[in-house]
Amino acid sequence: MSETLLTATGIGRRFGGVQALSDVAFTINRGEIYGLIGPNGAGKTTLFNVLTGIYAPDAGDFNFAGRTLAGCKPHQVAARGIARTFQNIRLFANLPAIENVMIGRHVRTRAGVFGAIARTRAVRAEEAAIEARAIELLDYVGMRARANDSARHLSYGEQRRLEIARALATDPALLALDEPAAGMNATETGELRGLLERVRADGTTLLLIEHDVKLVMGLCDRVLVLDYGRRIAEGVPAEVRRDPRVIEAYLGTGSATAGKR
Amino acid sequence: MKASRANPALFWSGVALVGVALIALPFVLAIAGTAWVRITNLAILFIFLSLGLNIVVGFAGLLDLGYIAFYAVGAYVYALLASPHFNLHLPFWVILPIGALVACGFGLLLGAPTLKLRGDYLAIVTLGFGEIIRVFLNNLSQPVNITNGPKGLATIDPFRIGGFDFSTTQAILGLSFSGPIKYYYALLVALILIIVVNQRLQHSRIGRAWEAIREDEVAARAMGIDTTAIKLTAFAMGASFGGIAGGMFAAIQGFVSPESFGLTESIMVLAMVVLGGMGNIWGVIVGALLLSFVPEILRYTVQPVQQALFGRMLVEPEVIRMLLFGLALVMMMLYRPAGLLPSPLRKRELAREGRA
Repeated sequence: MSETLLTATGIGRRFGGVQALSDVAFTINRGEIYGLIGPNGAGKTTLFNVLTGIYAPDAGDFNFAGRTLAGCKPHQVAARGIARTFQNIRLFANLPAIENVMIGRHVRTRAGVFGAIARTRAVRAEEAAIEARAIELLDYVGMRARANDSARHLSYGEQRRLEIARALATDPALLALDEPAAGMNATETGELRGLLERVRADGTTLLLIEHDVKLVMGLCDRVLVLDYGRRIAEGVPAEVRRDPRVIEAYLGTGSATAGKR
Repeated sequence: MKASRANPALFWSGVALVGVALIALPFVLAIAGTAWVRITNLAILFIFLSLGLNIVVGFAGLLDLGYIAFYAVGAYVYALLASPHFNLHLPFWVILPIGALVACGFGLLLGAPTLKLRGDYLAIVTLGFGEIIRVFLNNLSQPVNITNGPKGLATIDPFRIGGFDFSTTQAILGLSFSGPIKYYYALLVALILIIVVNQRLQHSRIGRAWEAIREDEVAARAMGIDTTAIKLTAFAMGASFGGIAGGMFAAIQGFVSPESFGLTESIMVLAMVVLGGMGNIWGVIVGALLLSFVPEILRYTVQPVQQALFGRMLVEPEVIRMLLFGLALVMMMLYRPAGLLPSPLRKRELAREGRA
């Protein structure tokens, strides 16, 4: 259970005069649900973007399943087995739900231009497998009935779930979710929680940015707290929420500041 | 197409009917004049071009304003390898693939450095590329005469298979087949092939990747799509289609010169794609047919109609054409911004039971 999947060491990233991340280190074990929390602007999404190759880190390195991710472009990171969702949902809006998921299979399939034109037996078999897997995943997130609806016409909660299905289609070892419960009501959040627990039970490790404290505390095995791009605490949720530095980061010190939100 | 199979008998009789109509078409047109067969052939070439550009613009969402350059490359490759200019006379089935390959090479040449650009910036660079090719064709007559400059290349070989020459009139089974009619059938076969290739590409792993890039490039990358390689593929495929169309154009016309490959032509092809419906193969075909035929029909009708109404010609056909184009453009933007036949959502039959 405690086999390490991802190790981050000394991650730093600067945007102009803003040090968005400095010297962030953490490890995620296989099979864990690992939470990433912190006040707005703490650097959580930046950490996601650095991890998934959208930005290169200025300092530090990720080691994923025994290999460094240094210099990996986003599509290579996905090929290595890290899939992600986005804070502001980024689906392929004009394509049907099922094609969104099928696109997620791209990185695990091989047919090229000439295969597509010749449409050989192998290519047809692959295509059928892609479709079957996509249907299976839509089923998994409870959206099979909406397979043929274009992504833009789905409800907010459905779009979030479709994004998870699409990410799962890449067969990730680590699924990184950027605020999956944002904008959801209590029922939807409950369903989401069930889904995430199922994903974990089926063998995928989860990294989760989340503002919904109840969800984080209930779901995550361990939590990393960032503030101003620095790691201020890490540990099991119950400990972290009592940590004075965490309370200070969220609520401010003394009575002078009302804190964020 | 799959959706139409609900009633196979109806579907296939429809196909047969269209087939017969397409086979009979050139003879019907020939009654009105061989010019109309030529116009039809050019229209089919424009369908090739539109389908090629549709891959780049419609599927992958990359705005290319210099697409005609690939048509020019294909045409000149054909002209140089099958004319007295270098005294080379290779057969067409050798040259067309070479033309496609060379055009594909130019597609990669254009794509590789520019694909980091998006939207307007990409459009500007491709526009420049189209002009560069035209300027090169105009000026590559010295110090070594390669393209023969603005004078162009003439007496290009027609398609020939053994002793069968596509450019001469010939009687087969009691019917007189003129050159344009023979080319029409060759083009029709090529058209069917190109439509099939396009459909297969669209509904493939690569086609989906193109659409993913069009919809959201960042998400596409995060899903493991190597966007640079896939965009290059789109450019290369589009360019190859342009190259093949260009080769056929050179053979049919027997003459090429740089002025056939200007910005106006690029924009015309783009207009066909947009008018018909970006990303929808049938829409693009409709767009290409409309924009090929309407100006020609106007050319033949505007003058007689005015003569009959006013007794003299008041407005030049060219002016009316532009007027109608402008009007059509405004109407399209207002009422059908996604084109005449917008890309439909593909429905899949989900018969298989998924794992619960």
